[in-house]
Amino acid sequence: MTNIADVKVGIIRFPGSNCDRDVYKALELVDAKPEYIYWNNKDLSDMDAIVIPGGFSYGDYLRAGAIAAITPIIDSLKTFAKEGNPILGICNGAQILGEVNLVPGVFIENKNVKFICDTSKLEIKTTRTPFTKLYKKNQKINLPIAHAEGRYYTDDIQKLYDNDQIVLTFADNNPNGSLENITGVCNIEGNVCAMMPHPERAVEELLQSTDGLNFFKGLI
Amino acid sequence: MKFDTEVIISLKDGMLNPEASTIEKSLALLNYDVENTNTINIIKFTINCENKKEAELKVEEMCQKLLCNPVIHNYEITINDGV
Repeated sequence: MTNIADVKVGIIRFPGSNCDRDVYKALELVDAKPEYIYWNNKDLSDMDAIVIPGGFSYGDYLRAGAIAAITPIIDSLKTFAKEGNPILGICNGAQILGEVNLVPGVFIENKNVKFICDTSKLEIKTTRTPFTKLYKKNQKINLPIAHAEGRYYTDDIQKLYDNDQIVLTFADNNPNGSLENITGVCNIEGNVCAMMPHPERAVEELLQSTDGLNFFKGLI
Repeated sequence: MKFDTEVIISLKDGMLNPEASTIEKSLALLNYDVENTNTINIIKFTINCENKKEAELKVEEMCQKLLCNPVIHNYEITINDGV
């Protein structure tokens, strides 16, 4: 993947996804080739990377991400991950990746039981993922957060430290009560990344921050 | 045969349950002194199966695949004798 214009990035749309167009725009800004794919599609062979955008897939019924996790596209997504291709799940996309076990742990109801819409100072904890490789380790960035179910929890936190699977943490405060301030994690191989903050909402000066752009530039 | 089924889903012991603690704090505002507040989900349905054993296997499978998340939930399945 040397020429960015040839990098095809699929954006998965579930009923209730609502950050899909923002992600499309962000990918256009880095000159990648975005394309929408739908939950009932099974063919990802044409894609170089996948982004699962935020929103409220299937109305967040049962648990956030639980119903999207059993749609036809998920089996193909698991194969796509196994082949080492980059997959980024943002917000609801992160909850879905947790539900399908492509990343460890889950994102559950915030500690204060509120929907939090704010800008958060975050710290990049690993640069070995395709999405964080253009940042520096321990670099602080500001990204918007917007969720009611973003509290990260895992039953085996040590494994995350041992395998360098913590991607992002809250740097100043911990608005949702996440375990060890964690708000972004990856799989052991590092190609699948789940994060609650919204990098696609910080990609141009008009949005008052471009801190999120490198998450998409890193796909080159 | 038809089997009335109930799946009771709760958070694992020791896990923070913000909804329950909010209810407990609200009860305190009304001067009710309560503790160990918990919220539990119950999912009820009738399942068509050959026998109870098959129903039990299928409902267990449902819990693993969709109804619960094993990282955070405990679940309890009750299936009646069937009609």
